[in-house]
Amino acid sequence: MKKLINNPTLVVEEALAGMAHAYPHLLRVNFCPNYVVRADAPQRGKVAVIAGGGSGHEPMHSGYVGVGMLDAACPGPIFTSPTPDQILAAAAAVDGGAGLLFIVKNYTGDVMNFAIAAEECQLAGVPVETVLIHDDVAVEDSLYTAGRRGVGVTVLAEKICGAAAEAGAPLSEVAAIGRKVSEQGRSMGVALTSCIVPAVGRPTFTLPEDEMEIGIGIHGEPGRQRVALQSADEITEMLATTIFDDLPFTRGSRVIALVNGMGGTPLMELFIIFRRLAELCEERDITISRNLIGNYITALEMAGCSLTLLAVDDELLHWWDAPVHTPALHW
Amino acid sequence: MTSTSMLGITVLIDWMQRYADKITEHEPLLTALDAEIGDADHGINMQRGFEEVRMRLVHERTDDLGAFFKSVGMTLLSKVGGASGPLYGTLFLRMGMVAAGKRTLTPTEFASAVAAGVEGIRQRGSARPGDKTMVDALTPAIIALHQALDDGATLCAALQAAAIAGEAGMKATIPMQAYKGRASYLGPRSIGHQDPGATSAFLLIQSAAESICAAEAHDS
Ligand SMILES: Nc1ncnc2c1ncn2[C@@H]1O[C@H](COP(=O)(O)OP(=O)(O)OP(=O)(O)O)[C@@H](O)[C@H]1O
Ligand SMILES: [Mg+2]
Repeated sequence: MKKLINNPTLVVEEALAGMAHAYPHLLRVNFCPNYVVRADAPQRGKVAVIAGGGSGHEPMHSGYVGVGMLDAACPGPIFTSPTPDQILAAAAAVDGGAGLLFIVKNYTGDVMNFAIAAEECQLAGVPVETVLIHDDVAVEDSLYTAGRRGVGVTVLAEKICGAAAEAGAPLSEVAAIGRKVSEQGRSMGVALTSCIVPAVGRPTFTLPEDEMEIGIGIHGEPGRQRVALQSADEITEMLATTIFDDLPFTRGSRVIALVNGMGGTPLMELFIIFRRLAELCEERDITISRNLIGNYITALEMAGCSLTLLAVDDELLHWWDAPVHTPALHW
Repeated sequence: MTSTSMLGITVLIDWMQRYADKITEHEPLLTALDAEIGDADHGINMQRGFEEVRMRLVHERTDDLGAFFKSVGMTLLSKVGGASGPLYGTLFLRMGMVAAGKRTLTPTEFASAVAAGVEGIRQRGSARPGDKTMVDALTPAIIALHQALDDGATLCAALQAAAIAGEAGMKATIPMQAYKGRASYLGPRSIGHQDPGATSAFLLIQSAAESICAAEAHDS
């Protein structure tokens, strides 16, 4: 394992300490339990938007804390969900009296830990709504399974819900907007190499030079299928078509497109992917109204990418365009 | 029922210490199993949680078994994370509810407490037997435990029977396809691998058998 670290057991804390030094105007970091809150928290009378999950997906979630996006992020250990006491401490630090919105990626651990925290908040009389993100079309969706994983749509939901909350929308409305985003977005990813969990020290899986893993998640968990490596255009076609077919993005529809790097892929390659995606959308008469290209939800040093498409209307575009000041998203 | 067949705080602390030892010893195995069908953290998660339980045991002063189990459960909830944190946390919190206010447990009460804990796991995670989770080791273990006690076995013998059933349940997860937890994302590719959570669950029952058999041997 070759990594720029000091101690495998301290990576999360040392990275958070670095963020605290880098962005004192945007956020504050608390240790033990670990959470990140916006510098001016709590905001009186504003719905507090809280997200969290395992670390190793930077900039998600801590990089999205700030004005117009997240009030708090709860980073768990690498690839492991945060715990209820941690979520409750973050919630207490940002509760502005207008209720809490939890944005939760659909992983068993995240779902259960946030559910326990939500039950505790409700017992204490604090209203909580949860928006579940489950956009990964590589995973079969069924009542009898854990359901689809939450991936790229999480970033878009955090931005859009954060904007609505910043504008003073009540909890029920922010939650409804979040659910709309969750319903209208789909993603799929591919990995070219594995990632290495620092505490493990070895690649989570091995992938021969000439193969790739289709339908990969963001934790180095194997995907659905391992196939021969293909060209960027072929990969884009495969990912995009699967997404197009899952959520009928009809002719004339508008989308926000996210071409996301998994951590170890150069930006240049993401633009090559976006180039083909733009052509495919044009062929289908789908307008890419906004795009986001870069490393936004990663899996440590994994090479690969994911595509996310979110069908939007004027309302969602309005919230997308609203000002945001966070370490990783700002306009 | 003789007084020696009653469980008190000492044997329960011994159970947790043995289990913490077993988790440390099997951490690489649990993590390796999770690397095959999950995200390579189950051993790490469990070790983090039970090292904390071990540290708190040193300061454990209560003889209220309900408070003891509750404290173990809260520690696991706050330290393990992942899916197994809330699940094992719920197991001990539910055991704590059954044992609330008691300084000793009869074998039947202990078995009921464990059964309530397993029911809690099934509610929290909504996994059914056959979904390839810890439930597949715990459910047959509970059935064997009750069966043996009904047949007049000592708690030591009953827990040994439960451990054998739990081990069989753990191995039975190998040919299963996962329908819950991270492993379910693999679909049919989850077949052929032993579930990490079922493995740590079997070790929990095995440690209970070892602690209680050691105490019974000591008393007789
Ligand atoms: N819904 C469930 N019900 C019962 N047991 C479950 C469920 N989901 C997962 N498990 C058990 O949890 C084990 C995995 O625990 P682990 O500590 O690795 O958490 P994880 O799945 O990595 O959590 P996270 O969601 O944070 O990644 C599985 O092997 C399985 O036995
Ligand atoms: Mg795991």
